[in-house]
Amino acid sequence: MEAVRVRITVNGEEHVKTVPTCMTLLRLLREELDLTGTKEGCSKGECGACTVILDGVPVNSCLVLAYQCSGRSVVTIEGLARDGLLHPVQEAFVRHGAVQCGFCTPGMIMSAVALLDANPSPTQREIREAISGNLCRCTGYKAIIEAIDDAAQRMAGWVDSQAADEARV
Amino acid sequence: MKCTDQMWHPVGARAPRVDGVDKVTGRAVFGADLTFDNMLWGQPVRTRYPHARIISIDKSRAEAHPGVVRVLTTADVPGSKTFGVVVPHQPVLCWDRVRFMGDAVALVLAESREAAREAARLVQVEYEELPSIFDPEEAIGPDAPTLHDEYPGNVAAHHVVRKGDVERGFAQADVILERDYTTQLIEHAYIEPEAAVALPGPGGGVTVYGSIQNPFTCRRAVAGVLGLPLARVRIVQNHMGGSFGGKDEVMSAMCARTALGAQITGRPVKIVNTREESLVESYKRHPYRMHYKIGVRRDGRITAMEVRMLADAGGYASQSAFVTWRSTVQATGPYVVENVKTDIYAAFTNNTYTGAMRGFGSPQAIFANESLMDEVALELGMDPVQLRMVNGFEGGSVTATGHKLDEHTVSLKEVVRKATEAAGWDGKRARLPEENQGKATRRGIGMACSFRGCALGAEGVDAAAGIVSVQTDGSVLVFSGLAENGQGLKTIFSQIAATELGITLDRVVFMETDTSTVPDSGPTVASRSTIMGGSAVRIAAQKARDALFEGAAAKLGAEPGELAAENNEICVAGDPARRMRFDDAVKIAWNEGRLMAQFGWHGAPHVNWDEHTGQGKAYFTYVYACQVAEVAVDTQTGQVVVERMTAAHDVGRAINPQSVEGQIRGGVAMSTGYGLLEEVELNEGITKTRNFDEYLIPTAMDVPEVRPIIVENADPYGPYGAKTIGEPTCELGAAAIANAICHASGKRIRALPMDMERVLLGRTLRPMRGRRGSEAR
Repeated sequence: MEAVRVRITVNGEEHVKTVPTCMTLLRLLREELDLTGTKEGCSKGECGACTVILDGVPVNSCLVLAYQCSGRSVVTIEGLARDGLLHPVQEAFVRHGAVQCGFCTPGMIMSAVALLDANPSPTQREIREAISGNLCRCTGYKAIIEAIDDAAQRMAGWVDSQAADEARV
Repeated sequence: MKCTDQMWHPVGARAPRVDGVDKVTGRAVFGADLTFDNMLWGQPVRTRYPHARIISIDKSRAEAHPGVVRVLTTADVPGSKTFGVVVPHQPVLCWDRVRFMGDAVALVLAESREAAREAARLVQVEYEELPSIFDPEEAIGPDAPTLHDEYPGNVAAHHVVRKGDVERGFAQADVILERDYTTQLIEHAYIEPEAAVALPGPGGGVTVYGSIQNPFTCRRAVAGVLGLPLARVRIVQNHMGGSFGGKDEVMSAMCARTALGAQITGRPVKIVNTREESLVESYKRHPYRMHYKIGVRRDGRITAMEVRMLADAGGYASQSAFVTWRSTVQATGPYVVENVKTDIYAAFTNNTYTGAMRGFGSPQAIFANESLMDEVALELGMDPVQLRMVNGFEGGSVTATGHKLDEHTVSLKEVVRKATEAAGWDGKRARLPEENQGKATRRGIGMACSFRGCALGAEGVDAAAGIVSVQTDGSVLVFSGLAENGQGLKTIFSQIAATELGITLDRVVFMETDTSTVPDSGPTVASRSTIMGGSAVRIAAQKARDALFEGAAAKLGAEPGELAAENNEICVAGDPARRMRFDDAVKIAWNEGRLMAQFGWHGAPHVNWDEHTGQGKAYFTYVYACQVAEVAVDTQTGQVVVERMTAAHDVGRAINPQSVEGQIRGGVAMSTGYGLLEEVELNEGITKTRNFDEYLIPTAMDVPEVRPIIVENADPYGPYGAKTIGEPTCELGAAAIANAICHASGKRIRALPMDMERVLLGRTLRPMRGRRGSEAR
């Protein structure tokens, strides 16, 4: 089996790994970097449990080969919280009861974060579309949609108050 | 990492999930996330035929494959070669015969998953194909080969109800209808595929971690297969990526295989199913064929019902006897019927075996009997709600199975009233047909209602344990014999312990279910967690609190019985100025040598059942529900969109309303999939829908707007009056949707799923041959 050297930034940290050419990004994360927060549900890009953000774009990491990520930057569920503080989307998921079994949750949150990064004030329809590639069997999605909507509003408020603070300075 | 205020969240509060932060940060460890040093991978070798005799197994090529450590067959099993709850006849590794495509004949153990998979293809098995049966009706007919010697005639189960005299009842009827309904084979579709890891030890035994719904059932299987005493087998549950009834027998098999590998090699062994393997191997929800005959008078009163159902059990017994028993109790719906004759059968076939799935024999029966009620209403020119009001249970009513409902609030009519009013039933029922005139997309509104027995009922022994252990610093450990499957059990039980001790939730740590720590509490099934396990935790917490009160009372100058606990403080009830911190009460109790770790055990009230007549007290209490569906039917394509679902559920008491609403929304989504989308297609026993690109479950774009209505009538047998919510939410949606489609389009669809073909053409376009369930005939 042919191997290839991959230089990849994951959650802000650079890693250099020699991996088989056929290794997926999902396996690199879970097996080489021990980042098991990213889940495997179907291995063919249908369930979205393995969603991570690759250079700002949400991808199914089971469909991306590790070597394709060389020189690129990946954010996983483990990379969202900062300094012991949850990302607003993570916090909203807990507050709104958007988590039941929790297996779809990491992928769902990554899709939501990617959405809000690209579109800070999405409509309900846009939220539904953004997570339509992430299957959830427990919640019926409603609490998830509410959580993302709430996080968007809080993040907008946070940005506004930060801008106001800066204006005062 | 904390994300919410550590507030006082007593019973009734919308407490955030205690496992929420772990799950949103990726820290929650699921079965497939576990890795151990020196670990091997296991790969089962599955059969190539749905029914065959095994002539020989040659494992030499596989064993020679690089990285392979051992290839195990049934000869390597030291104990029982089979397992099973109802009858232990399901082989861990088949030796003489295979009976469905998920059967395994050997287990490859290798240094890597790849090596194990490659070698699995090199195991040479010689089979002699046997005549197969894929049609349950043929299976119980003459000339069918017998699939299990202990079940002559392939009858996996037969339950009856004999009440009154149906002939006399039909003679009294003004209108008699006879209808056939069918339901399909569906998959639980938990997003986490099955996973397990076994480790040798301690003490010559084995420890197994994994996505295990019922750790004690699993322990019995593992111990039996290894020939070990139960005390030497430790099963520890991990976070569960969903189960819905689906991680029982399939996990017993997987855990027994990993444990066998660990026992023989002395190394950790891990098995993780791919989605494709999961769809082939795991058991499913039974497809049913149901024939109903009903007699009614002009005023709507039911005079008699005769019901015959046939469930496809597939290759093994699993829970078919219990699943069909619940169908038996609920077959005639929440209605007073004096004359009833019910016969419910399950038949062995060579299809994928079927077992427990959220609802457990009720979604099928409710689809039929609630569709039938609407057909009767249409025949009589009566409003469907009115027909339910004429016949529906109320306090003191006697069920078809002879149980007088006089120990709890019978809220059937209350939930029907609340759901239909909230949905605007009267106006929409009258208005929509006019508004639909000349339109391609037609809207309709339909309803269904149900009753459901809580917990195991007369299925078997029903008791559960809880342990509450107050630590010397005022933090608290809670253990339960029932398991978190994603439904929120940890939060509910933590809330109960915190309420009794008067502490905030941040002090409570809920331990993973571990069979070596808590007593066997039976399986986490039948929506019995809150009502059974919740009571056990409550008893334990009350006993621990009483120990603290004993010590605190002297200090506060009061009797222990005068004290109350709330928000991390203990005070004299009615005199809150006399109080102390919870922590100080703990110190006093500790210094006085009081026992602060306490044990709770809760047994269900007595139930009984006469299997010859189908009469008795089937369950000790029941819940009631009504769901109203509003649909849009595209009459040019047959596509149905469920736009709204109003769901009123009597839960007795909502321990955590956010959690109850989550169950309702999730259950409605699942029943929308059951009604419109989902079907595991088999062709001569071979699974055609093998992943989520073919097996479609509802996405965020497919789910209706759900309006949950929580109704609370406290039950004397539940903790704080709480009963049940998991399964009731997902048993009646398909019927409500069918009734709404009929209201919209005039088309009565009597088979699930109600996909575009059935709605537009009244039949399916897919090939008939080799199919089972609704289209097999």
